[in-house]
Amino acid sequence: MSALLSIKDLKVHFDLGGGGPLDKLFDPNSVKRVVKAVDGVSLDIEERETLGLVGESGCGKSTLGRAILRLTEPTDGHVFYRDRDIAELSQRQLREQRRHLQIIFQDPYASLNPRMTIGQIVGEPLETFRLARGREAEQRVQELLETVGLSKRFIKRYPHEFSGGQRQRIGIARALAVDPDFIVADEPISALDVSIQAQIMNLLEKLRREKNLTYLFISHDLRAIRHVSDRVAVMYLGKLVELADAKTIYNEPLMPYTKALISAVPVPDPQVEAGRQRIMLEGDVPSPINPPAGCRFHTRCPYAIDACKEVVPQLVEIKPRHFAACIRISPAQPHIEDVAPGAAPGLEQSVHSVD
Amino acid sequence: MADGNLLEVKNLRTYFDTDDGVVKAVDGISFELKRGQTLGIVGESGSGKSVTNLSIIRLIPDPPGKIVSGEVVFNGNDLLLVSNEAIRKIRGRKIAMIFQDPMTSLNPFMKISKQLMEMTQLHLGHTKAQARAHAIRMLETVGIPDAQTRADSYPHEFSGGMRQRVMIAMALSCEPELLIADEPTTALDVTIQAQILELIKKLKRETGTSVILITHDLGVVAGMTDHVIVMYAGKIFEQAPTGELFARPGNPYTKGLLRSVPDPTAEQGKLYQIPGLPPDVARLGPGCPFAPRCDRVEEICKREFPPFVQLNADHYSLCHFAREVYSESGGTPA
Repeated sequence: MSALLSIKDLKVHFDLGGGGPLDKLFDPNSVKRVVKAVDGVSLDIEERETLGLVGESGCGKSTLGRAILRLTEPTDGHVFYRDRDIAELSQRQLREQRRHLQIIFQDPYASLNPRMTIGQIVGEPLETFRLARGREAEQRVQELLETVGLSKRFIKRYPHEFSGGQRQRIGIARALAVDPDFIVADEPISALDVSIQAQIMNLLEKLRREKNLTYLFISHDLRAIRHVSDRVAVMYLGKLVELADAKTIYNEPLMPYTKALISAVPVPDPQVEAGRQRIMLEGDVPSPINPPAGCRFHTRCPYAIDACKEVVPQLVEIKPRHFAACIRISPAQPHIEDVAPGAAPGLEQSVHSVD
Repeated sequence: MADGNLLEVKNLRTYFDTDDGVVKAVDGISFELKRGQTLGIVGESGSGKSVTNLSIIRLIPDPPGKIVSGEVVFNGNDLLLVSNEAIRKIRGRKIAMIFQDPMTSLNPFMKISKQLMEMTQLHLGHTKAQARAHAIRMLETVGIPDAQTRADSYPHEFSGGMRQRVMIAMALSCEPELLIADEPTTALDVTIQAQILELIKKLKRETGTSVILITHDLGVVAGMTDHVIVMYAGKIFEQAPTGELFARPGNPYTKGLLRSVPDPTAEQGKLYQIPGLPPDVARLGPGCPFAPRCDRVEEICKREFPPFVQLNADHYSLCHFAREVYSESGGTPA
């Protein structure tokens, strides 16, 4: 397999102001406040895979998804798609490329124009990219609706006439209209009922097989992520902390945050739940405004040592195709439980990159 | 009233008058809750699970809503018959609630301490000093660090998880006999959800409070409850002890729901899906409301409303074929 999309050291920082001469006039202690929503993420998304991106609210997962498509402008870094750097394209070139890169949004109520009919919504991309017009366009829209499991009778109806699950199908049809290679699915099932979630997950999977699609599937729902993904990337406060295939990350997580995250997921089986030992994390996710130095997880990590406060851990291949960012583990000592107290076998790989 | 029951709901019907006609949000449901136990109510949006609980404490907006019939017997008194004055004394004192969104349930203009103090000053007749001491003790109990200082913060200065802790502190400050938690962790991240659920469990152990937990998450139900009620279109479709319901579901809807949740421990593959959409409760036909989506539907299901079949001591299912479904799940109908 080869990478369809290659993300290199991508950064999205939001400047909240502060720290300027005028600010200092009113408050001598004023400092510049920056939200580092995505802070140096490198990641390859392979052709025809579903890469799951998981993390808690505020970790930057949606911003990363948007930055890849330049719906949010990256501050720094590169996104290579078929050897072209999307981050460097002019607006005009970018519009052309967007044909290949599409997005499905979380909120099916807010992402469809209430004044357009379903036919117009799904047909608009065809017009924009001059792919079809007139009868041909209409026929294409009908096909698209059927592909996503909606009746073509709906073509003249408006979004408010549909339920959440149906609207999500409309959003999917719109994304498919331009025959993309790659789709960012940003929390596509979070707003839906349980019985509808399964329908949408199955639909996305069917479309991927039929149309050779590649997905970045963003979700906070670890059960859904585990089900749909080939590989899973875990994000915490703007950084990737672990990356491996879905089964491995679920069965043998290495990074302490991933371990806690997975142990927190309720399992729909009373017997399993009764015998379960959870890793309870103390406190909340720190604010992404001026986040903790060193490993960003050190404030909540049960295994943190002093070095964790200073050294930024790099994503290291601990086992074959299994990457984790933690200075307390290394390829020789992958399991943190077995590492001697206070030891940091992974320190060397990370020490050169103190930031 | 049966021994050991704190709450008995009998044949409760709550209807809403809308432009589309009468919506039978809750339509003839009955259940009971034993002292010290946790009851889970599961259902999709529009199934009537929240309306059920708002009916128990008489917080249904009238109009358009109306409790048309039924009894809500709490500690031997029918709450639907007592005066408005009396129900106000019960709310917050004997029956407390926590809701999904802690931000909209807290007053943004009032300090946390003041909001907590109001509760015990009103219900327990605390003096200001007593109430403040109690408020801080409660904040400590629910794990707010540095409670003494944080008590004088405003709600917006707290994170979502911390706000939900404050809500729990407030709900439990008068030591209620019943805590109704309506999707208490739905708005929270999974690591925070784990903290809050653990907290509810711990407080329940220590105080013996009974709990009604409303949720759409079958995983939460599995870990937290003794009994489960599954609701669909305003009806109870199945009720059983938690272990029994998960191991031997006796209703096609429950079975479908259980199968459509991805199991992280199993291999990937096509996920079971319940086809179609939840029904419009304003336009229900004479038959089973689940019939259009059911994978074992037969003629009778479209024509006749299904019976509520007793499958076992505490196990009931609303289905024409409840016994067959139960047997297929490995159960032996009594």
